[in-house]
Formats: sequence, C-alpha cells, structure tokens
Amino acid sequence: MANQRRRLALSVARKDLRIERRSHVLTAQILPFTLVTMVLFAFALDATSVLQRVAPGLVWLAVLFSMMIVVQRAFAVETADGALDALRSAGADMSGVFFGKFIALVVQLIIVEGALWIAAVLLYGIELRLGGIVLLVTSSISATCGLAAIGTIYGGLASGIQGRESLLPLLVLPVASPVLIGATRSAEAAFGIGGTVASEGWPWLGLLTVFAVAFVVVGSFAFGPLVDD
Amino acid sequence: MTTITPTTKSSHRGTGTTATRVIGLLATVMCAWLVVFGLILSPADRDQGDAVRIMYVHVPSVWLAYLAFIVTAAGSAIHLFGRRHSLQADRVAGASAEIGVVFMGVTLVSGMLWGRITWGVYWQWDARLTTTALLFVSYIGYLAVRNLDGTREQLARRSAIVGLLAVLEIPLVHWSVKLWRSLHQEATVLGTDLDVSLDGLMLFSLFVGVVAFTLVFVWLLLHRARTMAVVDLAAQRRLDDALIARRREGGN
Repeated sequence: MANQRRRLALSVARKDLRIERRSHVLTAQILPFTLVTMVLFAFALDATSVLQRVAPGLVWLAVLFSMMIVVQRAFAVETADGALDALRSAGADMSGVFFGKFIALVVQLIIVEGALWIAAVLLYGIELRLGGIVLLVTSSISATCGLAAIGTIYGGLASGIQGRESLLPLLVLPVASPVLIGATRSAEAAFGIGGTVASEGWPWLGLLTVFAVAFVVVGSFAFGPLVDD
Repeated sequence: MTTITPTTKSSHRGTGTTATRVIGLLATVMCAWLVVFGLILSPADRDQGDAVRIMYVHVPSVWLAYLAFIVTAAGSAIHLFGRRHSLQADRVAGASAEIGVVFMGVTLVSGMLWGRITWGVYWQWDARLTTTALLFVSYIGYLAVRNLDGTREQLARRSAIVGLLAVLEIPLVHWSVKLWRSLHQEATVLGTDLDVSLDGLMLFSLFVGVVAFTLVFVWLLLHRARTMAVVDLAAQRRLDDALIARRREGGN
C-alpha cells in the first residue's frame, strides 16, 4: 500500500513537472513575472540601502505571489480534462496524489526561489556569508515544504470551482503568514542584515519545520475528502 | 417558480421557541444591565479615565469571538468524524462562524479605538492583535468556502476541513508573531498598556458584559442555525417538487 502510494506520488510529480517542462510556463511566464516584481519593488522603494534592508522580505513576498500562480496552474491542468475525477474513478489513493502535487510544487518553488535570490544579489547588492549558506538552504527548504503543503491543500479545495482565482489568496495568505515571517527572519540572519548573526536564524527554522510537518501530515489526510465529489 | 407548501400545519411563524424567547429576554435584560453598570455605576479609571469603559464591550467581544470559533471547530469535528456526518453540526459550525466574524470585527474596532487613547496609536504589532486580525481574515475565507457551489454534503465536508485547519493555524500564527515581536522594542507611546487594575465594581461590570454577550451569542446561534435548517429544507422541497414534476411529465 505504502509502495503503491509512493509510486503514484512519483508518477503524479513526474507528470506535473513534464507538463511544466513542455509548456514552458514556469520559465517563459512565471520566472519573468517574479523578476519584474523584483524590479518593481526597486522602483517603489527607490533606495539601495532600504532595498538591502528589506530584500529577504521582498524575495519571500515574490515567492508567495508566484505560488498563487503555480498552484492555480497545477490544479487547472487537473480539472481542465477531468483528470482528478479520472484518478478518483480509477481508485487512486488521494494521499498519493497529494504527495505527487506537493513534490512538483516544491521543485517549482525552489526554482523560483533560486532565481529570486540570484536577482536579489545582483539587483539589490546583498551578500551571502559563508556561515549563512546552510541556514538559508535549510530554512528555504522547510519554508517551501510548508508553502507547498498549504498550496496543495487549498488548491485542491478550490479546484473546479468558479472564482477560485480570488478565493485561493484569501484562504492561503493568512495561513502562510507564519512562513513569511519565519523565512524572512532566517534569511535576514543568513545574510547578516540589520546586524543579525546566523545563530539568530535557527529558532525560525524550528518554526518553519513544525509548520511544514503539521501541514504535510494534515494535508495527506484532508486532501481526499476535500477533492472528493 | 416553485412554491413550498408545508405538509403539516405548524404553529411556529418564525424560528423562535419558548427557550429562545426566554434567552432573548435574559440577553436584553443583561445588555441593559451592562449599559447601566458600564456607563453609569462603574467608576472611571485613574489613568485612562472614561476610556476604560470600552473594555466592557471589547473584552466580552474577544471572549465571544473565540468561543464562537471553538464552537465552529467542535461542530466541524462532529460533522467530519461523527458516524452520521450530522448536517445539524455543520449548521451550528457555520452559524457560529458568522457570529464570530461579526464579534471579531467589533473586537478589532473597539481595540483600535482603545489603543488610540491608551497607546496613542490605532495599531500595534502585538502577538494577540496580529493573531486576531489574521484569524478574522481566515474566518472570512471559511465563510467564503461555505458559499461555494456544490452539493450540501460536499460543502459541509469542505467547510468542516477548513474550519479545523483554521484551528491549527491559531497556535502557529501566534507563535510566529510572538517570536517576531520578541526581537523588537515595544512602542508604547503614552507609557501605559491595557492591563488595568480592576476594582470590584469594574470586575462585576465586566462579568455582566461577558454573561450578556454569551446570551446574545446563544440566542443568535439558535436562530441562525434554525434559519439554515429552513433554507436546507426549502432546497430539499424544491428538489422533491422538481422530481415529482419530472415524473408527471414522464407519466403524461
């Protein structure tokens, strides 16, 4: 059973990532969108010192905005041809589908985050310290897992519903606020922004990990009943 | 348009019963008491003056809002995990969330007005305030889920899950904001905070407020849950009438 679920999860994840690779939506639309957002933040704040101070927050805000598009797209491809209904009719274990969508979202969000951190270094002039690399990588992975879990839960809920474009942010953004706070503060510690040291970032990693574990566990149980017809 | 004809003659002309009338009467009396105690009998605070009277609305509203969300979570859990997947529990959860959102709004507005007088600012990024504001938005989302398209059972199941997820959110949001604020200097503009020392009459007035608001909550909850039951019944009758009409068409 567990083996079957793992195989299903990997198939769904591979399928989602293959669709993204062939459609080029991530590379041709979502990544340019996030980069434009970073440029617009610079126009709005208009001072390099301010940009350097708030860069981690801007990066994670851009990740949240991109996540809305990625999640809506991940479920639009499922509902367009009734693929979720077909999976359900075929007796697929929905927690396997949850993990598949979750893995695909994690991979896509990590690509977006990588591009955003590079943009922040190049455009805003922030510098990553050697001691902060481990903190930045681990906290980004934990934060991404938390975001992907809530994205999959609420994306599944809103799938196939008219007006989901406006419903999804209303449901996801309040829940995602602990991730935004935790990921921003740990990134500040990793970059040493505002006189912080890397050790100040570890309590935030704890919060991000608890958040991710809680929502992955809940999501694996709740996803089936949420998308069930 | 289909008209709904009741099959049995009912003496009820609304959602009221003897119990709700008694609760309604008690709630009205307690609210009148609250006005008398809060505005006339209880003394003004030494530091805050008459502004302290906002407390008699603010504190009972907070209590009521959180009580309402606990009832929503309990109703959601009973619907989801109960053997009969009771729709009555779902209606109680929905009705309670609607009342909770209203009182959470009252909490935020009264808290901001009180904060302006005592702190000198409308808003502080305090853990309790921020958690309350995020919870307010989350429950607006919960109500939006309740209004989605779908079958009655589907909607009840979805909203029950969202209701329980919102409960999971409370400690995580509170923890994150508390950790965040612990790194910052608290900005108390006037050097006072909302922890006032209460004398006996002030404490009693507050108690009257909590009892009055709880009675108002119970009264509203019963009426709203019954209204929702009537709406469900009307939808069921419409469906039954449509089925009968189709069968008749088939028979002709």
